[in-house]
Amino acid sequence: MIFNRYRRGLFIISFLAAPVMLYLVYVISPYLQAFYIAMTDWRGVTATPTFIGLDNFVRLFGDETFWKAVTHNVLLLVLLPLITIVIALFFAFLLNVGGAQGVTGIRGSKIYRVVFFFPQVLAVAVVAVLFQQVFRPDGSGMLNGPLMALGVSPIGFLSDPQVAFWSVLGVMVWQAVGFYVVLFSAGLASIPRDMFEAAQIDGAGRMSLFFRVTLPLLWDTVQVAWVYLGILALDVFAIVWVMTDQHGGPDWSTTVMAAEIYRNAFQYSRFGYASALGVVMFVFTVGFAILSLRLSRRERIEY
Amino acid sequence: MTTVTSWTAANSRRLAREERRRRLGPLGVLTHVALLIWTLLVMVPILWTFLASVKSEDEIFGDAWSLPATLRWDNFARAWEQAHIGQYMLNSVIVVAFSTFGTMLVGSMAAYVLARYPFRGNRAIYLLFVSGLAFPVYLALTPLFFVVQNLGNLPVIGPFIGLNTHAGIVLVYIAYSMPFTVFFLSAFFRTLPTAVGEAAMVDGASHTRVFFQIMLPMARPGIISITIFNILGQWNQYQLPLVLLQERDKWVLTQGISDVSTAAGYDQDWSALFAALTIAILPMLVVYTLFQRQIQSGLTSGALK
Repeated sequence: MIFNRYRRGLFIISFLAAPVMLYLVYVISPYLQAFYIAMTDWRGVTATPTFIGLDNFVRLFGDETFWKAVTHNVLLLVLLPLITIVIALFFAFLLNVGGAQGVTGIRGSKIYRVVFFFPQVLAVAVVAVLFQQVFRPDGSGMLNGPLMALGVSPIGFLSDPQVAFWSVLGVMVWQAVGFYVVLFSAGLASIPRDMFEAAQIDGAGRMSLFFRVTLPLLWDTVQVAWVYLGILALDVFAIVWVMTDQHGGPDWSTTVMAAEIYRNAFQYSRFGYASALGVVMFVFTVGFAILSLRLSRRERIEY
Repeated sequence: MTTVTSWTAANSRRLAREERRRRLGPLGVLTHVALLIWTLLVMVPILWTFLASVKSEDEIFGDAWSLPATLRWDNFARAWEQAHIGQYMLNSVIVVAFSTFGTMLVGSMAAYVLARYPFRGNRAIYLLFVSGLAFPVYLALTPLFFVVQNLGNLPVIGPFIGLNTHAGIVLVYIAYSMPFTVFFLSAFFRTLPTAVGEAAMVDGASHTRVFFQIMLPMARPGIISITIFNILGQWNQYQLPLVLLQERDKWVLTQGISDVSTAAGYDQDWSALFAALTIAILPMLVVYTLFQRQIQSGLTSGALK
């Protein structure tokens, strides 16, 4: 008996040792260090960091570029989930209950799903370079070529500070929609067909079928989607860093928190200050996570 | 008599169906139009890139929608050799092969113990892993750089796991994949029946054997989903290699592609850029077409848990 207990303990330790060690060294310890480094003026590899308390945070409040980045993240936090979910719900609804009877999927719905999902498997860095070419400012751009042929003056998708942010948002939506179409389709598939049929027999049209049957039954999935897209909006980096002019330009019009952290740390070697920015980003992310968890506590519909 | 009843029944059903269809309106055509528009939005940029990859430099700078006069396959040779896309791709394959295997091995071990063996501290370790889901990686970026740099100074193993080493980034990938892998797999292990494992224990199998020979095969659907999730996540990773792999010959594909895009401006070799993009996209397209069902469920299953 004691031998068995001993064997069990040994087994637990031997299975947990490697993952816990790796996790402590590479994940937990950097996060903890970051909070300390944020309170130093550390600038280089050799210089010893001096403790400067909250000076970095005071300075951060006057950092216009960083607040521009925060504004962009917040804008994305609102717009990216909203636009993506609306488009994805629309397509998921059409694909699954948009058929002739109003209760079945339409023909070819599988192929549409396969095509829509594809951008999701591409690396963000690859998508960024791809759209750099699509958005070229002259007649050689995929979009500006036809526009100029029609006599419209070319749009500076990435070179006009008024437009660049919307180009970034557009590409993010382009890549995300397919994933949520599939997610919502899976949610719709688990709703019994009778629900839709019953609603139809009671005289529901397509609109009320969507707003009064589909949407309430899918609400849980929509909330999950909202949280995922929110995190995506707060975490965005590669698309901005690779696609936009001057990594977040022109004129800081597309920069985001992650880009400013990376820039300060690895281009300006302001390790202390970058960590302070990281702490702010951490507060935003955890705040968003807590908020969405609290708001999503709602009665589930059982069926 | 019976024929009449069945006729009226069939007729009234048909009438009801027509009535329903009428109420739903002629949306069928519009539905297809909407879906086709998004299909084009997704496919056209990708196909346009494929097309540009066989154009000459002049054709690329001319009209965006012109067709190539001759197919310039040498663009691909230049992308593969001179722009080192071949090297970057090989690096990506090596890194992801080891990191995904390591993630699955270590992650499933941790998830299994945390799901199935109650002991003091179990909950705390589980929460430690799962809390990582909410942390933005950017906060850890600076210290992580120095952690990896310092590990490079360790005796004996240091040179293998420091900065600019593939083994180093493999370990980092494994560590940062833990939160989701443990979260997902421990939920999965909890749903599996206990009886089979217990019977094997009675027959004298060790804990380790029960895990590898009974529980792991039983958890196959979950393992496959999360393996796909990790392969794609690690293949597409850009931020971590950007910080940890700064020597060009160690770069992974995502770094290579974004560098080719910068270099194309200096070298005036845009056709090689399009070829490089095509090389990066085509394999994904092929793999995705073959395994699209598994990939879709693998990526979305996490969200539905």
